[in-house]
Amino acid sequence: MSTAREGVLASYDYLDSTLDAIRELREKGFEEITAFAPFPEHHIEEALGYGTTPMAIFTLVGGLTGAATGFALAVFTSLDWPLVTGGKPILSMPAYVIIAFEMTILFGVLFTVFGVFWNMRVPDLKSDVVYDPEFSAGRFGIYVTAPGDRLAEARQILESSGPSRIEDDPEARAHG
Amino acid sequence: MATVTEKERGAQTHPDVRKYAEVNTDILQMLSRPGKWWWILLGMSIAGIGLLAFSWGNQIINGIGLSGLNSPVGWGAYITTFVFWVGIAHSGTLISAILFLFRARWRQSIYRAAEAMTVFAVMTAGLFPLIHLGRVWHAYWLFPYPNQRLLWPNFRSPLVWDVFAVSTYFTVSSLFFLLGLIPDIAAARDQTQKGTLRNRFYHLLSFGWRGTDRQWHHFAKAYLLLAALATPLVLSVHSVVSWDFAMAIVPGWHATIFAPYFVAGAIFSGVAMVITLMVPIRKVFRLEKYLTIRHFDAMAKLCLVTGLIVFYAYLTEFFMAWYSGEDPERRVFWNRLFGHYWWATWIMLTCNGMIPILLWFKRVRHSIPALFVITIFINIGMWFERYVIIVTSLSHEYMPFAWAVYRPSFTEMGIVIGTFGWFAFWFLLFIRLLPPVAISEIKEVLPPPMRPKRRTKEEVSS
Repeated sequence: MSTAREGVLASYDYLDSTLDAIRELREKGFEEITAFAPFPEHHIEEALGYGTTPMAIFTLVGGLTGAATGFALAVFTSLDWPLVTGGKPILSMPAYVIIAFEMTILFGVLFTVFGVFWNMRVPDLKSDVVYDPEFSAGRFGIYVTAPGDRLAEARQILESSGPSRIEDDPEARAHG
Repeated sequence: MATVTEKERGAQTHPDVRKYAEVNTDILQMLSRPGKWWWILLGMSIAGIGLLAFSWGNQIINGIGLSGLNSPVGWGAYITTFVFWVGIAHSGTLISAILFLFRARWRQSIYRAAEAMTVFAVMTAGLFPLIHLGRVWHAYWLFPYPNQRLLWPNFRSPLVWDVFAVSTYFTVSSLFFLLGLIPDIAAARDQTQKGTLRNRFYHLLSFGWRGTDRQWHHFAKAYLLLAALATPLVLSVHSVVSWDFAMAIVPGWHATIFAPYFVAGAIFSGVAMVITLMVPIRKVFRLEKYLTIRHFDAMAKLCLVTGLIVFYAYLTEFFMAWYSGEDPERRVFWNRLFGHYWWATWIMLTCNGMIPILLWFKRVRHSIPALFVITIFINIGMWFERYVIIVTSLSHEYMPFAWAVYRPSFTEMGIVIGTFGWFAFWFLLFIRLLPPVAISEIKEVLPPPMRPKRRTKEEVSS
């Protein structure tokens, strides 16, 4: 019996069949599951046992970097050529808050966008992965890999929920 | 299939959309059939860009003297139109970010087009500081960059704040727009034929999106975080724009209500523009299922609320001018109503204060043609609002010998009209190339497909 990993992909028309299949797969100890959905479906994430995402850390670090950059830029440039106007202090902190604020948002967004690309493992433009174009239209999907000797069991669980299509993937090309 | 009762229909955002796949077919058909009107409009917009290029080129060669700007009225139609377009931009972010945080279920079918409008409106607004520069080749002086003479921008100046606010706004709204598009571009990719130019274009722009659990998980969180960042940003941008005026001690400008007054005005004009754009799109692409009367009703209410805030701000301005006891302040406001520019002020008051009263009536809010006409009036009124604020104040400052009259020249009018062509050009390309309605987000508010229940023995026998 081979123990190399093999994959199988099933497409479903109904949300509840998808959820049933995911739950049963996890109960039977299959952990290498990728689910597909046409929109962010929180029940699927729950069924797969997702916790929180680290996305907020990227935003926080970005925002703090931005605030520091904004203040640093305004302070440095003011001190670089000190010009006293009206006998007032050279550094006008209240005015610099606006620059720091805009930079907070800018860097926060840039870091968040970088972080989400990093976490989603995109860009990933190879076109030979196992996929059903109906996933972006209306179907849900489950892709599961298992050692060759357990694949039949996984396939049987997927079939018991009534998939509209099922496809074997003997090489188990990994999904992101 | 069981018949749906009227009450059940009322609880759904899109009662006539049955299946997820139907959304893809209905929205993606917009990309494949341009139709005659699209080409006519595209031709008109290119003509507008030609007018813009001619007028601006002429001004670059012959100098800013071709505009009607004078001393003391150094800001005229250019800055008016700059503020107008920045204001238009705001409702896109309001609909995509603020209403997202408030979980408004009617935003889904509108927000993509509104967000595109934001990006293109900021692109249009961004032209005006450049147009307004006498020597546009020095435009990079706006940004802080290391240079031999150790010269830096003055960070105390509201104009420098504006550079930071508007460029941040452009970057953020573009990224927010493009990130939200990824799943829908993937949907477009999956429905175009492999190997075609369009398919390759979508393949590249979708970044290899497959809608896996991992992708959606991080995507949804990132979207929430971006919405949370865009919300304070959008409020700050028009506040900063208003401080371009409010920080100066010009009578009629130097008021603390300017920031909220401008933000409300921006959303007022922006929502009006969204309605103006959505009415023809809905008609041409037969999107009645997605843009229902309820969507228009909700947008009209938003217009009504912000319109009331704006009108209240007008009244407050007049009251404060009188109550301040300051002679120049009083004169400026008297002059607004009855002086040289009385007509502009009365256009503003009629279009922004009087006409939106009609929106109190449900019958008006439920009539698409009525909304179309009213929102065009609001847009005209909002352009004149900025014209009134800028020109009447500058032309009538403290010293009577320095009073002057400003009249926009043909060059200025050509540029102002031309920028509408520039905006329309990008918007028309957008509705042909990218999914103009958020496909995946509409599915979030549709009832999910569930397995048909097996009928019990009693049901079968009965």
